Amino acid sequence: MKKIIALLLATVMVFALCACGKSSDSGSAAPEFKAGFIFLHDENSTYDANFINAANAACANLGVTGILKTNIPEGQECYEAAAELVDAGCSVIFADSFGHEDYMIQAAKEFPNVQFCHATGTKAHTEGLANYHNAFASIYEGRFLAGVAAGMKLNEMIDSGNITAEQAKMGYIGAFTYAEVISGYTSFYLGAKYICPSTTMEVTFTGSWYDETAEKEGATKLINDNCVLISQHADSMGAPTACENAGVPNVSYNGSTKAVAPNTFIVSSRIDWTPYFEYAIKATQNGEAIPADWTGTIDTKSVLLTEVNTDVAAAGTVEKIAEVQAALENGSLHVFDTSFFTVGGEAVNSYKADVDTDPAYTPDTEVVANGYFHESEFRSAPYFDLQIDGIDLLDVAF
Amino acid sequence: MEKTKEPLIHITKRGNISTAGAWAVRVAAIVCAMLVCAVVTTLTTGINPVAVFASIFQGAFGTTRKVWMLFQNLAILLCVSLAVTPAFKMRCWNLGAEGQVLIGGLASASCMILLGNTLPNWLVILLMVIFSVLAGAIWAGIPAFFKARFNTNETLFTLMMNYVATQLVAFFVILWEVPKGAGQIGIINQNSQVGWLPQIGSSKYLLNIIVVAVITVAMFIYLRYSKHGYEISVVGESERTARYIGIKVENVILRTMLLSGAICGIAGLLLVGGTDHTITTSIAGGRGFTAVMVSWLAKFNPITMVLTSFLLVLLDRGAGEISTNFGLNKSFSDILTGIILFFIIGSEFFIQYKINFRKAAKEDR
Repeated sequence: MKKIIALLLATVMVFALCACGKSSDSGSAAPEFKAGFIFLHDENSTYDANFINAANAACANLGVTGILKTNIPEGQECYEAAAELVDAGCSVIFADSFGHEDYMIQAAKEFPNVQFCHATGTKAHTEGLANYHNAFASIYEGRFLAGVAAGMKLNEMIDSGNITAEQAKMGYIGAFTYAEVISGYTSFYLGAKYICPSTTMEVTFTGSWYDETAEKEGATKLINDNCVLISQHADSMGAPTACENAGVPNVSYNGSTKAVAPNTFIVSSRIDWTPYFEYAIKATQNGEAIPADWTGTIDTKSVLLTEVNTDVAAAGTVEKIAEVQAALENGSLHVFDTSFFTVGGEAVNSYKADVDTDPAYTPDTEVVANGYFHESEFRSAPYFDLQIDGIDLLDVAF
Repeated sequence: MEKTKEPLIHITKRGNISTAGAWAVRVAAIVCAMLVCAVVTTLTTGINPVAVFASIFQGAFGTTRKVWMLFQNLAILLCVSLAVTPAFKMRCWNLGAEGQVLIGGLASASCMILLGNTLPNWLVILLMVIFSVLAGAIWAGIPAFFKARFNTNETLFTLMMNYVATQLVAFFVILWEVPKGAGQIGIINQNSQVGWLPQIGSSKYLLNIIVVAVITVAMFIYLRYSKHGYEISVVGESERTARYIGIKVENVILRTMLLSGAICGIAGLLLVGGTDHTITTSIAGGRGFTAVMVSWLAKFNPITMVLTSFLLVLLDRGAGEISTNFGLNKSFSDILTGIILFFIIGSEFFIQYKINFRKAAKEDR
């Protein structure tokens, strides 16, 4: 008897659902412009919080409706979220995580009238879809500037006799041995080295973009290994917290972490996605084509530094950053100037990078010319993956 | 007897509660759960709780696509729940469904990656079916063998096998990652679609749903009407009785766990070949553990499990909608889900037991 009731209930529910489904489908012809956003995590991740703030700002500035979907894993759920946003009437849809890319492409193929913009992806320029686009920013310039602040701090420690020049060793917590991370820590290191030539750096990888425990442990390991300054490319508060507990100065990423580390936070570089969101939304509204790759710069206000925490930073940091930033902007200084680094003791005069993503990682594009490595020019996502001298990778399992 | 102080309340086991009575308790539990959810929502967020409940339903049934997705999620959860059920019925606690699904999925993904360019599509799919079923069965068979042979604790053993499976998947993800260092494989054979399970009509999910519907009916018949099913319940009731009447308990354990793992393997196949077309360490999404609850709540009845998995998937689908509509963190919908499940599980207590108050008890006498 119980089973029969259960079965009957199930059947009734099924029919009820189908009825619901149809009735609500027919009545949606929204006049307002809607933009959809897909985020890997929610505001607890510094990375996603940075995107969420930008999405809200862009929608508010342009007076469009934003529909935000948080905690969307890098799987079929991303395609489904995109399809649901299309159903909800979005004309342009953004996704923030690297692993969302293939599912965004899947959705872009199915909905040719909707624009799909994917941050940090690599495939738009080879995929050849008119409605699928990648975007990134020349964050290596921001990291370089953050590195300058780190270098200033190291010099201050050396000058005050706290450490010797040889002890100016920094630590860095990365997620994966992925080009975006390699480009990030290398530009940070080069920025510090630009100011403090004796500095070296150790890098450890967590194997996750967001793992508070692993990031905290990574930072602690580096601190115990006598690293006197820590930076990271990972999205939780793990590393800043560990630094605050140990009293080790910290250069952050994605936004200020001063709230959890008031006594150790120096500065943070971050990408402001608002300019890109606004650009892509306006282009969609006006029916203009969005390029396959869009790279934000200091000039587009996509690459930003947070306010320098003057309580921790060395004196003159703000002025030095402004000076180096001006040099980067007028082209007299390049982050990956080949005179700044060597690989295996040799200068790099030519390098073919894997710009066109393929399972065999085929190097396909010459990226060194005019004395510097041309990062984020052949596609928006970074492809600098050289292991330069002075940086010691503690583990490369990921 | 007269002198003993009777406690204010005491609990007695009910006799047979009528079906209507049992359902009345369940409905009352859900109503209470909704009330508590409403109070919590109003107190903590100030949002109208009715709007929140409406969002849950909108998230589950709002559009045709949402309904399809609801059924797809229901199908996969149900598939894993069906897989663990025969083992549970035998009182063999297979907590390794998560790992068995993962390893089945890994087998499918391996076929797609390694054979995608060399063999015809139909053959790749056939091999995917064979290998994922085998992989799942082996993953459950290992602890079953040790349980049957050396009476090891299957709860711990299967649980540990989950971690081994997760690490194996992590290893292969790094091995096959695209691009280098990215820590993810992405969609496999996105352009050639080799190894993608065929799509029935215009729906991506229909095949999965049909496969699981067939497994549900088959499992119901298997447990209820087959000799194997009978042996499973006898072993579950009492191993000694089973031995006494000549059932080879070791064989039943091994056979049932192999079946359990094989169906988990199918769930992995459906996830990798049917919908996601990739493999990640989180592709099973905790379903191996949620399935435990689905199976228990349904008292191991495959047909009732349709309802219990429906309830859990409904809450999960609604949860996402709440965070989108109200800008609430996902943790908030987890709290609501927790409250509702607490009451539903609690209601089973009130169906089995009765609370007697002192005064009422005296009148009974």
